[in-house]
Amino acid sequence: METKLEMLNKLRQDMLLWQGFKPAEGEVAARVGLGEIEAAFPGGVFPRKGIHEFICETPDQVAATDGFVAGLLSVLMAEGTGCVWISTSRRLFPPSLAAFNVETDQIIFVDVRSDREALWVMEEALRCDGLAAVVAEVDGLSLVESRRLQLAVERQGIPGLIIRKDPQKLVAGVSTARWKIAPLPSGDEDGMPGVGFPRWQVQLLKVRSGNPGSWTLEWEADRFLQVTKEQVPFQTVHEKVG
Amino acid sequence: MQRRYISIWFVHLLSDWQVIRRPELKEVPFVFAAPDHGRMLVTAVSPLAAGHDVVPGMPAADAKAICPGVEVLDDKAGRAGKLLKGLGEYCIRYAPIVSIDEFSMDGLILEVTGCAHLWGGELAYVKEIVSRFKGKGYTVRLAIADTPGAAWAVSRFGKVTPLVAVGAHVETLQVLPPEALRIEAHILAKLKKLGFYQIRSFMNMPRSVLRRRFGENFLLRLGQALGTEDEPLQALRQPVPFRERLAVLEPIKTKTGIEIAITRLLEVLCKRLQHEGLGLRSGILTGYRIDSKLVQIAIGTNVASHSVEHLFKLFQLKIEQIKPGLGIELFELEALKVNPVEVPQEALWNSKPGLNNKSVLELIDRVSGKLGPAAVHRYIPEAHYWPERSASQARSLTELRLRDWSTDKPRPTELLPRPEAIQVMALIPDHPPKFFIYKGEHHQVVKADGPERIEREWWLDPGEHRDYYRVEDATGRRYWLYRSGHYGASQSFQWFVHGFFA
Repeated sequence: METKLEMLNKLRQDMLLWQGFKPAEGEVAARVGLGEIEAAFPGGVFPRKGIHEFICETPDQVAATDGFVAGLLSVLMAEGTGCVWISTSRRLFPPSLAAFNVETDQIIFVDVRSDREALWVMEEALRCDGLAAVVAEVDGLSLVESRRLQLAVERQGIPGLIIRKDPQKLVAGVSTARWKIAPLPSGDEDGMPGVGFPRWQVQLLKVRSGNPGSWTLEWEADRFLQVTKEQVPFQTVHEKVG
Repeated sequence: MQRRYISIWFVHLLSDWQVIRRPELKEVPFVFAAPDHGRMLVTAVSPLAAGHDVVPGMPAADAKAICPGVEVLDDKAGRAGKLLKGLGEYCIRYAPIVSIDEFSMDGLILEVTGCAHLWGGELAYVKEIVSRFKGKGYTVRLAIADTPGAAWAVSRFGKVTPLVAVGAHVETLQVLPPEALRIEAHILAKLKKLGFYQIRSFMNMPRSVLRRRFGENFLLRLGQALGTEDEPLQALRQPVPFRERLAVLEPIKTKTGIEIAITRLLEVLCKRLQHEGLGLRSGILTGYRIDSKLVQIAIGTNVASHSVEHLFKLFQLKIEQIKPGLGIELFELEALKVNPVEVPQEALWNSKPGLNNKSVLELIDRVSGKLGPAAVHRYIPEAHYWPERSASQARSLTELRLRDWSTDKPRPTELLPRPEAIQVMALIPDHPPKFFIYKGEHHQVVKADGPERIEREWWLDPGEHRDYYRVEDATGRRYWLYRSGHYGASQSFQWFVHGFFA
């Protein structure tokens, strides 16, 4: 006799199946170390077969997004596979990625002149089966372009991470998730002076078949750590400081 | 196999070329003239002007007097050489080794050993070349013989037939004048003075006698014509060992046609490479257009490859650059650089796949083929604290890093390519800033780390050291600031923002 909870879980799984989400067969649902955030995704698993958009409204959010993406890459690239980082105007400082446990020499940086070229490289890279992830820094992304990328992702299963630097060009897309990473004041550890671990306000603005939400996350030496409400100093994210 | 050579003589090289460019000159006598010792000397003569006894070497004023209405055009030094180079490249369709006739600068010498049968015998071969150049507007005379010297002689002075049979060149040369030997004018004059009007009259004289009177060069030229001395030809283009050609029946103009041609060439070339265990590193596809222009596209790979699909994809990215014009009649694929193919070893367990992966390497080939090799970067750590020098570009995708990335000091995720000056309020001597103004915005510093002094490597570049601070402002944005140099009245110091932390 099935209990109500089991029935509910089964129904949830079925709904995901009908929506086109297939659980990876014979493969352990690999964690990406995001803790509670992963529960927001369908099935409680970070969708690797998906396009993740990171919206950066201000230049300082780009640095925070770079850090968050580097944290994700440290897990995605853990098996030693390479990564392609495409950019039109790259300011990323390669040696800094070591702090996020990323083997920087396994990343191929492709510097292109226009978004068009960047998306071409991204699509080619997503169709290539020897990579752990593809990161692209672009300004705009149209519906058609995001659809093409999504199709490429679904074929090979390499996550595509897009860092979008121009929120003015934001249009509807078919991406699996849309994130926004904003820097937060770091916590002071037992009243010690100095700057603490990097801390961000991680917002999931949109998740396909999931639950959007907002979390406070910290990168502590070699992993993400969720900061509970009590530890967060009184601060609103959207406060405008002139 | 008996070696055979063709000498092509462009009888009126410069004037034919001028008429092709300006057809209205066909009815007008004209000469080319170049300044020499303060006057204009005729350097080349059109056939019509030659009919008026105008010869090269006479002053242009005399030419105008002899032949009224003659048009004098400026000659440019080296123009004949440039023209011959273009014509020679066109002739590569007939024979692989084509060289410019350096003696008179008005002809080409082709080594055609084993080529004539492809065109249906020597007569058909010679006829094809003559009619092709005639169609283009050049008057040519040519001859085929066993030695370059004999071919040159017969093309200029032969009166019987351009085809000198195998072994018959000595007999043919006998009746020709000494000019046919490509020798200097003063030796020619000496020969004439001594009454030698035909080669046969001095051909069999003892060498010591000839050397004493006419010098070593004369003997060399005689030997080269008779075939007793070797004459190496300076090929316009060195034949490449891995080269495939595809002549097409109908000129090709469409993308599909070009694609088919590339596939066919690649299939043959890759099979050859595979047999020898080699792979292509850089290749070039040349299309010979029917208007005698060349179109080329080049590809390169990061590792040697003999995979038809991969190489085809690289060419496919560049097909748009080919301008077929009226059509391409001959395709040529050359492997300029080949390397042994590394056969990947089958590993029982693959702990670190890394970048040395066939599909990744092929991806990078495609990217650098389309965007240029400068677009792709990979970094390895360097033993420098100076931030700009702490990473260097790896030379290849497989180059291993010699040391680990250092994580002991904080480094910003984003580094400005050029530090930007800021205004700062800070306590001396070494306190972090209290606040700073960056791009017109005030930042109140709440938390700070530092200073971390990084000395400039004086053996690489002179300048001030930097004192770096990691600061966090009230909204949580983290910056990497530095002060350049010491505080002091005599020295200048300046604050900069250099990077942004995550």
